[in-house]
Amino acid sequence: MKTVEDLKRMREQFQSQTKLRHAGGIQIIVGMGTCGIAAGAREVMSAILDEIAKRKLQDVTVRQTGCIGMCEKEVLVDVVRPDEPRITYGKVTPAAVSKIIGEHVVNGRIVEELVVGKISQ
Amino acid sequence: MRELALHILDLVQNSLEAGASRVLLEIIEDSGADTLTIRVSDDGRGMDAETRRRVIDPFVTTRTTRRVGLGLPLIDMSTKQCGGYLKIDSTVGRGTTVEAVYRHSHLDRPPLGNIAATVKTLVIANPDTDLIYRHSVDDAVFTLTTRELTEILGDMPLTHPDVIVWLDEYIAANEANLYGGVQHENS
Repeated sequence: MKTVEDLKRMREQFQSQTKLRHAGGIQIIVGMGTCGIAAGAREVMSAILDEIAKRKLQDVTVRQTGCIGMCEKEVLVDVVRPDEPRITYGKVTPAAVSKIIGEHVVNGRIVEELVVGKISQ
Repeated sequence: MRELALHILDLVQNSLEAGASRVLLEIIEDSGADTLTIRVSDDGRGMDAETRRRVIDPFVTTRTTRRVGLGLPLIDMSTKQCGGYLKIDSTVGRGTTVEAVYRHSHLDRPPLGNIAATVKTLVIANPDTDLIYRHSVDDAVFTLTTRELTEILGDMPLTHPDVIVWLDEYIAANEANLYGGVQHENS
């Protein structure tokens, strides 16, 4: 069974490693209004966290946000890479998550067939 | 919503949208009183009496992107179908407390469901919000707070892959413990 002591050890290990992480990592934002939750946003979020753990991605942060008004396109997931346009993916399923993470988050190739919006920053 | 854990995610999202910096989420299962209570208390901007009275009307919402809001009406309906009630206390500038009470043994009561996934999502995706989660089943209690985790972690992010795996197992094990480690309706 995992304990708080395990977490403390994990942190000590983390500190002893040389910092290879880059500042200003990638952000993933999941829409979690009532509409998003009803469409399966929590399952998509779980799939994203599983994928981050599996691929050992260290410079990705995950956020949740409310309804952005495109309820019919839920589940909505935004991927923001530093200095690149903000990409909104629609009708995201847990099955599509590994593609979005593998292609876009890791390799920087936008998964065009799932894109519903692009905002240049 | 098929499970209470999804309603809970929805309730906490309301608190976050109200600008809360601290959210207390309590699940109280009391077999003596035969109740399952979900209580979310926040220090967000709160509501005036008129708004508080109107929020369980599905044709009322504070958002501007559409004209209906279904979160609270859905919870209100689901508690009433299970011999319970929804109570909302709110003060402008002070915060809001929403309490949803179900008759625990009611046949139509949705299962609590995957509360571990809900809590994990809330903690990891809102590191700047102080979430206090407390789940009790009679005398057994499990408490998890964002502050406790971030104090241990320091500059190690909650999204660190090892932390995600740890949280998964830590929450699952402690939730199972609440039910004496036996198979339960939420596993």
